[in-house]
Amino acid sequence: MKMNGAQMVCEALIAEGVKTVFGYPGGAIMNVYDEIYKQDGFEHILNRHEQASVHAADGYARATGDVGVAMVTSGPGFTNAVTGLATAYMDSIPMVVISGQVPLSLIGTDGFQEIDAVGISRPCTKHNYLVRELSDLPRILKEAFHIARSGRPGPVLVDIPKDITAEFGDFVYPEEVKIASYKPTIKGNKRQIEKAIDAIVKAKKPLLYIGGGVVLSNASDLVRKIAEMGQIPAVETLMARGVMGHSNPLLQGMLGMHGNYSSNMAMSETDLIISLGARFDDRVTGKLSEFAKYADIIHVDIDPANIGKLVDVDYPIVGDVKEVLDKMIAGLEGRVKPERYSDWREVLERYDNLHPQSYVDTDDVIKPQWVIERMGELVGEQAIITSDVGQHQMWAAQHYPFDRPRQWINSGGLGTMGFGFPAALGAKKAFPDKTVINVTGDGSILMNVQELVTAAEYKIPVINVILNNHFLGMVRQWQTFFYEERYSETDLTFQPNYKALAEACHGIGYDVTTKAEFDAALKDAIEKDKVAFINVQVARFENVLPMVPAAGALYNMMLPKKGDSKKENSGKEAK
Amino acid sequence: MADVRRVISVLVANESSVLSRISGLFAGRGYNIETLTVAPVPDSDLSHVTIATNGNERVLEQITKQLHKLVPVYKVIEHEEMVEKEMVLVKFPIEESLADIEALCGAYNGGIVNVGVSMFIGMVADEPCRVKHFIEAAGRYNPMEIVRGGVVAIER
Ligand SMILES: Cc1ncc(C[n+]2csc(CCOP(=O)(O)OP(=O)(O)O)c2C)c(N)n1
Repeated sequence: MKMNGAQMVCEALIAEGVKTVFGYPGGAIMNVYDEIYKQDGFEHILNRHEQASVHAADGYARATGDVGVAMVTSGPGFTNAVTGLATAYMDSIPMVVISGQVPLSLIGTDGFQEIDAVGISRPCTKHNYLVRELSDLPRILKEAFHIARSGRPGPVLVDIPKDITAEFGDFVYPEEVKIASYKPTIKGNKRQIEKAIDAIVKAKKPLLYIGGGVVLSNASDLVRKIAEMGQIPAVETLMARGVMGHSNPLLQGMLGMHGNYSSNMAMSETDLIISLGARFDDRVTGKLSEFAKYADIIHVDIDPANIGKLVDVDYPIVGDVKEVLDKMIAGLEGRVKPERYSDWREVLERYDNLHPQSYVDTDDVIKPQWVIERMGELVGEQAIITSDVGQHQMWAAQHYPFDRPRQWINSGGLGTMGFGFPAALGAKKAFPDKTVINVTGDGSILMNVQELVTAAEYKIPVINVILNNHFLGMVRQWQTFFYEERYSETDLTFQPNYKALAEACHGIGYDVTTKAEFDAALKDAIEKDKVAFINVQVARFENVLPMVPAAGALYNMMLPKKGDSKKENSGKEAK
Repeated sequence: MADVRRVISVLVANESSVLSRISGLFAGRGYNIETLTVAPVPDSDLSHVTIATNGNERVLEQITKQLHKLVPVYKVIEHEEMVEKEMVLVKFPIEESLADIEALCGAYNGGIVNVGVSMFIGMVADEPCRVKHFIEAAGRYNPMEIVRGGVVAIER
């Protein structure tokens, strides 16, 4: 069929089954927008900033597992999208971003809104393309989707010069992808898997170390199964919350800088780490030389470069966690003995009783942790929770009762403030029947606040719960602990009226200062089914604990005081 | 872990941005590049990139793995058993002894490749460490300019 390049883009998206595209038009991408106007195969959401478009596509991808799609123009449209690409890249999220480019004849001339998109995005995409000939376009789009979703997933950028979108040519969307140089290893080496099985059977204190790769590979059921059959304790990274389910007694909790005591102690004392789709990030390991000193390591990862990057591995297995676990479970059947690890489980239980994940609640002022727990009680399993970056993110990860994978959506690797609200829009587009709540801070929410307008226009009723401490709280916490309370540029006492701001953008706002008001606001926001800001005044100087100071050993945690820890936890406020 | 020198040979699709993907990978992840050469592989749409680098074992392993991850990379050959050659061109003033320098170049697999009015040019192609010795020896004859070609290598 003859058509122009712009129409080819639309046809390819439809062929890929894309339902929603998030984007923002401009000169270099206008031909494509003209075709978007004429088609009805997918919906386009006009965010109010390109960064938000990319985060929304990312949130959509995280919630569904499908490839998210965003579209931007050249120059500033593209540069606005870079943070979104980097965010998705660091968390291995499948995404295709299409950017307009100046016409081929202008490339290299500093043309109006020309920027080297392929050059800038090289380190923050899995792969990228500058389309140089119309005849390449269908193949490139096909490859882009394939690369984005296969192997270790990631964002792919396709940069299309304007003249190519105007040019006419034959369109045949390829059925298959042939990239001779790109063949991810999926299966996992049989011999290595057998050795790993032996190691599990022989271990005394095995520990499942579960990372975001398990979510990406949709392997949660298998992870639960291997844990159950061997009664093997498990810890989750920030990216893996929900994999085990909060009520599973084998789950110790989240490990790392803000991990709970029994998780970090489990990692410090285990004799066999079974790492599944995790990458030994510095926020997880703490000081490397002190990390899991007594452990042998089984490392299952689809990306060989993750294996042996930071720690020496005894049983490297390159492959998709799901494929590998299938074989591991079959091999462990009848061999793994849950009784063998009962002492180990008991030790960890004692650790958890010694220092459970806790905080001291009060009635004078709302504690941020209470808000999260209360959300869990009120909406629990049926909600999708996104978050921004800071203390509120850690409290959400620590205290929300996540039951399933893809229920928790946050920027872990890049730590991008401003991610949560647009990501929530993406998740809500994918699951309109679920309650979608962005847990955010008074700092982060302003970084994509314009999305109030998008949410109102398209009736995407997500709820933003602002844990308002009038601080860039996480930075303030570090200043409290490590900079002698010099609160350099972290005081956010000067604020907008969040309720009025939401309402000015056709949303709904609530000011909350008591627990009863919070319950009422959340209930009302869900009923009203409108984009909402619930502005909750929380204890200003609350700290996220436990905390492993950066570069410290994982077992050296600053812990919340037991009993009356109000002073410890609320710092200056108590003075 | 001690740093060691290593020559890595990479077979890539011959497309426009592939060199920037490789050099960008090295720059972005803080790997060293001692020399880097690129040339098309005859009768194919591939290029051969040869990189001389150094780092400890963990870093060298990461370099290989990260190179592998680049979509246009077909093959990464990283062996201790490589035949390595490097070429160097040196320009000498015409006053220097042509015969001496010719003999010197001859000893390092080369010769005189150009003679002009005010200068002449010697060429040598040899193992990288021998090329280094040659350049030291050539220093006695007041060289005006020295251009090294970078290492090319092939598996033994
Ligand atoms: C785009 C961006 N800029 C800066 C930072 C550094 N940073 C990390 S947490 C934080 C404070 C966040 O404040 P807020 O959103 O109010 O959340 P709180 O920590 O108070 O819960 C900052 C500035 C970041 N992560 N992202």
